[in-house]
Amino acid sequence: MKRQIVLGMIISAFSAGVAMAEVAPESVAYTDGAVAQSLTGTAGNPEEGRKAMVDRGLGNCVACHKAEMLKDQPFPGDVGPTLDGAGDRWTEEQLRGIVANAKMTFDGTVMPAFYKNSGYIRPGDGYTGKAAKEPIAPILSAQQVEDVVSYLMTFKE
Amino acid sequence: MTLRTIKTALAATAILGCAFTGMTMADPVDEPMVIDGQNITIRAPAPEFLKGVLPEVLSGWLYRDEDTRKMELDDFDNPGIIYADRARDQWEVVDGTEGKACVSCHESPEAMKGLRAVTPRVDPDSGKLMNIEAYVNKCRTERMGAEAWGDKSDHMMDMLALISLQSRGEIINVAMDGAAAPFWEKGKEIYYTRYGLLELSCANCHEQNNGKYIRSDHLSQGQTNGFPVYRLKDTKITSAQGRFVGCVRDTRAETFKIGSDEFNALELYVATRGNGLAVEGVSVRH
Ligand code: HEC
Ligand code: HEC
Ligand code: HEC
Repeated sequence: MKRQIVLGMIISAFSAGVAMAEVAPESVAYTDGAVAQSLTGTAGNPEEGRKAMVDRGLGNCVACHKAEMLKDQPFPGDVGPTLDGAGDRWTEEQLRGIVANAKMTFDGTVMPAFYKNSGYIRPGDGYTGKAAKEPIAPILSAQQVEDVVSYLMTFKE
Repeated sequence: MTLRTIKTALAATAILGCAFTGMTMADPVDEPMVIDGQNITIRAPAPEFLKGVLPEVLSGWLYRDEDTRKMELDDFDNPGIIYADRARDQWEVVDGTEGKACVSCHESPEAMKGLRAVTPRVDPDSGKLMNIEAYVNKCRTERMGAEAWGDKSDHMMDMLALISLQSRGEIINVAMDGAAAPFWEKGKEIYYTRYGLLELSCANCHEQNNGKYIRSDHLSQGQTNGFPVYRLKDTKITSAQGRFVGCVRDTRAETFKIGSDEFNALELYVATRGNGLAVEGVSVRH
């Protein structure tokens, strides 16, 4: 715990000079599932967002979602709904909330929370099957969440 | 032997090639499984405790693509059979300080008929939860004075395949009451626990989403009636608990160990979810 606080302070000290401090996973404020404030204060980069969505070690969104925008991806899954038109259906704030922790929007959903670092049962170290090393990093970084959200905003019908 | 291996490799390539066509179908197929003229029950009414949760129970075979399904229908195409044949030789091999082989006490593998359909079970003498692996190692260590076989060792996988094959076609009827009840409850709790960074339970994938695709994988009900399985991807035999390891790992979780109390309980629980299905013997999956 103590270590986490110190670590947090170091991170904020570093980024303070550049932009606003990153919002830590435990400090994200959800209102009806949506997150109004950018997690980094730096605009998302849609291209990076796309990378995070298809990378198995990152978002791996295509494991569960199909979309026209991602049709170059082989074998997308269909556990979740198609993401076509997600940028029409949802506001940026709502998408930020869904990507950061979809359980705040869809109660009990199977969709993983991508910006969370505690409350797990037997967290693992990636796909190794071994125990995670503390402190646990969220699956996506704050900036990657912003990147994904900015890419999703371009999913228009 | 070589011929058969080559044939297998070819078939595996074919499967990769046609995986795409499989993507369009969402439902499991409705086909019978007949091996050597024997009809194997791979679709059955759900056991009582799953009423309202699953309408019926289905073998994972029904969710696999045509080439993989076909391989299991003919023992000459089923690569798993070779491993069982190997265990038949092992049956007679003397090992350990007592100078005994399986055959010294168990006349033939056929004597194991029926066991696969009722395990895991609580051993009435010891009160321990036993699967086939545990029985085999008990005989090796306590009765033969030999070393236990490793959970994933070739010897153990071969033996699992051989013993399981003796019950091919028999309807699974694993007890969940009496002495099994506490293990069953524990297994059930694990089945519904959302593990790992992805926070996914067995139920999230195999109960809620069977029939759907997760990436290229057509999600089945995660039944164990086909175990052990020959996995084309690994080109070897895997036990039920070996499969559980992979499934838990894929939720970005710290897995349980094969043979742990947790997986033993889970194996019992999952087996009862398949009560009514038949033992496939050694199945083929990708
Ligand atoms: C394990 C499967 C799974 C993964 C992985 C997953 N999702 Fe989802 N997602 C779902 C499900 C299921 C829903 C439907 C919500 C519910 O449970 O009712 C959903 C819903 C959504 C929605 C709202 C759907 C709509 O109406 O437009 C968005 C947006 C979304 N996901 C984006 C993502 C992004 C971005 C990623 C990757 C960073 C991702 N999902 C990863 C399963 C998943
Ligand atoms: C020294 C005699 C002996 C040897 C050698 C031996 N077993 Fe056993 N085995 C037993 C006895 C006794 C039982 C308990 C039988 C019972 O309770 O019905 C048993 C039970 C089993 C069972 C559980 C069967 C059941 O129906 O309960 C399996 C499986 C098994 N043995 C496999 C093996 C294998 C495989 C080998 C060789 C690696 C082996 N045994 C070697 C004596 C032996
Ligand atoms: C993220 C989704 C996911 C989760 C969670 C998951 N599995 Fe699986 N499982 C799969 C996939 C994909 C396969 C391969 C395709 C299939 O048969 O469903 C599979 C296969 C299996 C099989 C083999 C079925 C067969 O007939 O070959 C069993 C048994 C199984 N899982 C059990 C479990 C158990 C027990 C758990 C909980 C500890 C679990 N799974 C959790 C995705 C999952």
